[in-house]
Amino acid sequence: MSFLDVRNLSVSFGRPGDRMRAVEDVSFSVAQGEAYGLVGESGCGKSTILRAVSGLNAAWTGSISLEGTALTPRRTLEQHRRVQMVFQDPYGSLHPRHTVDAILGEPIAIHGMGDANGRIQRALDQVGLGRAFRFRYPHQLSGGQRQRVAIARAMILEPRLLLLDEPTSALDVSIQAEVLNLLSDLRRDRGLTYLLVSHDLAVVAHMCERVGVMRQGKLIEETDAAAIRAGRVGEAYTRRFVEASAGYDRAMAQEWETA
Amino acid sequence: MSGPLLEVRDLNVRFDTPHGLVHAVRGVGFALGREKVGIVGESGSGKSMTGRSILRITPRNAHVTAARLSLEGEDLLAASEKRMREVRGRRVSMILQDPKYSLNPVMRVGDQVAESFLLHHKASKAQARERALDMLAQVRIRDPQRVYRLYPHEVSGGMGQRIMIAMMLVPEPAILIADEPTSALDVTVRTQVLAILDDLVTQRGLGLLFISHDLNLVSTFCDRVLVMYAGRIVEECAARDLEHATHPYTRGLLDAMPRLNAPRKRLAVLDRDPAWRGA
Amino acid sequence: MNAWLTAEVVESAWQARAQRAWFGWLRFVRNPLALAGLAIIVALAVVALFAPWIATQDPFAQELTQRLQPPSAQHWFGTDQVGRDLFSRVVHGSRITLYIVFLVGIIVAPIGLAVGAIAGYAGGKVDTVLMRVTDIFLAFPSLVLALAFVAALGPGLLNAVIAIALTHWPGFARLARAETLVVRSSDYIAASRIQGASALRILLRHVIPMCMPSVIVRTSLSMAGVILTAAGLGFLGLGAQPPSPEWGAMLSSGRRFLIDYWWMPTFPGLAIMLVSLAFNLLGDGLRDVLDPRSE
Repeated sequence: MSFLDVRNLSVSFGRPGDRMRAVEDVSFSVAQGEAYGLVGESGCGKSTILRAVSGLNAAWTGSISLEGTALTPRRTLEQHRRVQMVFQDPYGSLHPRHTVDAILGEPIAIHGMGDANGRIQRALDQVGLGRAFRFRYPHQLSGGQRQRVAIARAMILEPRLLLLDEPTSALDVSIQAEVLNLLSDLRRDRGLTYLLVSHDLAVVAHMCERVGVMRQGKLIEETDAAAIRAGRVGEAYTRRFVEASAGYDRAMAQEWETA
Repeated sequence: MSGPLLEVRDLNVRFDTPHGLVHAVRGVGFALGREKVGIVGESGSGKSMTGRSILRITPRNAHVTAARLSLEGEDLLAASEKRMREVRGRRVSMILQDPKYSLNPVMRVGDQVAESFLLHHKASKAQARERALDMLAQVRIRDPQRVYRLYPHEVSGGMGQRIMIAMMLVPEPAILIADEPTSALDVTVRTQVLAILDDLVTQRGLGLLFISHDLNLVSTFCDRVLVMYAGRIVEECAARDLEHATHPYTRGLLDAMPRLNAPRKRLAVLDRDPAWRGA
Repeated sequence: MNAWLTAEVVESAWQARAQRAWFGWLRFVRNPLALAGLAIIVALAVVALFAPWIATQDPFAQELTQRLQPPSAQHWFGTDQVGRDLFSRVVHGSRITLYIVFLVGIIVAPIGLAVGAIAGYAGGKVDTVLMRVTDIFLAFPSLVLALAFVAALGPGLLNAVIAIALTHWPGFARLARAETLVVRSSDYIAASRIQGASALRILLRHVIPMCMPSVIVRTSLSMAGVILTAAGLGFLGLGAQPPSPEWGAMLSSGRRFLIDYWWMPTFPGLAIMLVSLAFNLLGDGLRDVLDPRSE
């Protein structure tokens, strides 16, 4: 039995008569403790899938199951506890008027968990931020520090599934390395399962075992990181995507022109 | 003419801020010929500011000084603002990151390209339109007549960037500065836009200064690479020799990047040595 | 104390808030006009509070032998047509002005904020209904609506205050709704929703704090208009009733004496102008400090 099972997921936007299918009949599953990557270019629907799985978007059809139980479009508090998310923009995912302490204390208050002080302290330690950061405001933190706070916030509820929406796209290379290492360590130490969405194939290949390639709302290919690195991919689009991600090559561009 | 198109020596840019003097660019020097030179750095390295100071479009509280800043022999630092207006666009052009923000949203894109031509050449509106259409075709836009009449919000990111390139190259400058020109584009679109840029540079004998944070991209696209850290150039080498870079910061960046062809369990974390600031 | 306020490492939530307020204050103080506005309003509050001690004489005592006296050592602002000391009347009038400003502020801002934030966050039918109600109130020119209410409820200061409040709250609702619409699609709201936060929690702890700066600034800027509206109502005899020393009423009764006895309408008029200006300056200063923070 797979940990996360997505079957025939479809999401549409817009009014009747003017509907746009953002995600069309997508199915995939993620095993427990695995990291699954969804890659694709802008508008492919990968972020929409994430929002549906997270419960932010309730207007989907199909089924999403976590550890055997189906997730309802409108989530219960308990379902929220099991699935958490880290967002792309470290500057937008923390409330500008709340201190780190308030940001981390909120999930504790919502779920009625005790020992707020201890939990906040441990969460900060877990992501490598010291006591000095506890009462800072987001504008006093760097991008990497904000992202660590966002990760701490996601971890504080002890979720089973962590959704990552381009978690390092807005960070410098050196900071990205730290955050990706942190995420790898957390997954290993706490037995988490990841669903990672990114347009950066190198990041996905580094973090994930299996990868789903999306294009215009459809899941066109499922493969694994090793195959991508070796260039053993089936679809022509995937091949282009992999080659383009490796860097610029004039000959490759020429090939596409004439294709 | 022989010799480099652009010569920069000991460029310094300082800012007056409420928190004191910020030294954003420190003693930067390089030469640019008819080639593609990439400037790579993380945020705060001073790479964008370097590009802007060549065009002298730095913010008001910035002080730009240099031992030498010359374009085809002409001293740009000593030039008056009037002269600089003639230089910008006609001799040196700049492409920015996101066409959503760099194209005028209330003007048709074709008109913007034509306007760019008219600013620097005496010509009739009809001639400018012809040149604009011609330029749009050169950036491989398939239906120039139709695209000419579109507004910026009606074109995709890749097409918008090609329009930007058309707009910036129509006055036929000697040098093009591109500040993160493909960062807002999808990977497959990126390759096509870069190919266009590549061909134009070769055909017209342009000098291209490619500013980016993407080390991998710059090393595969450019001829030479300059790595910047804390306002200084810490490494300068041919693009194909980047793997053999010597400066610890460059090596640190190379080790910190996740790479498709070099899988690793953990990414090496960059250990910033304060000595690099004074290198 | 200074060390505690500027400490690098913050030990408690309270300290964090205090530091933030302190740095906000330092930024505010850099604007001399805003500081002047604040000073005038503080002076208004002080004068209103200590009116009986600041006023030199009884504002209601008529002294018919002292009618229409020009400003002198005994009567600093002169006397009115029934011999009352104008200075004392202006001073006591400050209490009424402050009363109006305070009462309108605490009615209008919370109601407007609540309506706007709920409409903006809920969207759909709730938004439509609330906004149409707001539009109805907005459709009336404020003085005309105030007149209508006062005509219905009868003249008097409290009724004037209610009337003014009813005309001013829609503007706040619109503002709060606009801010809420922007905030609603932020990632931090999404993060809260994923944690299971209820709509009420999100409104109170996330949305409204983001609306506060604009609402505060607007409150201050509105007060100028509120004072003028109240003065207008008083002028028409629909606000405070005689012999109450309300500035607008004083302006009205002094109108026909303007040519020969200039001091009668001038001093209350100056007071109105000064306090209006002060609220405008304060509002501008607050906007520079509170609105888009470029930290």
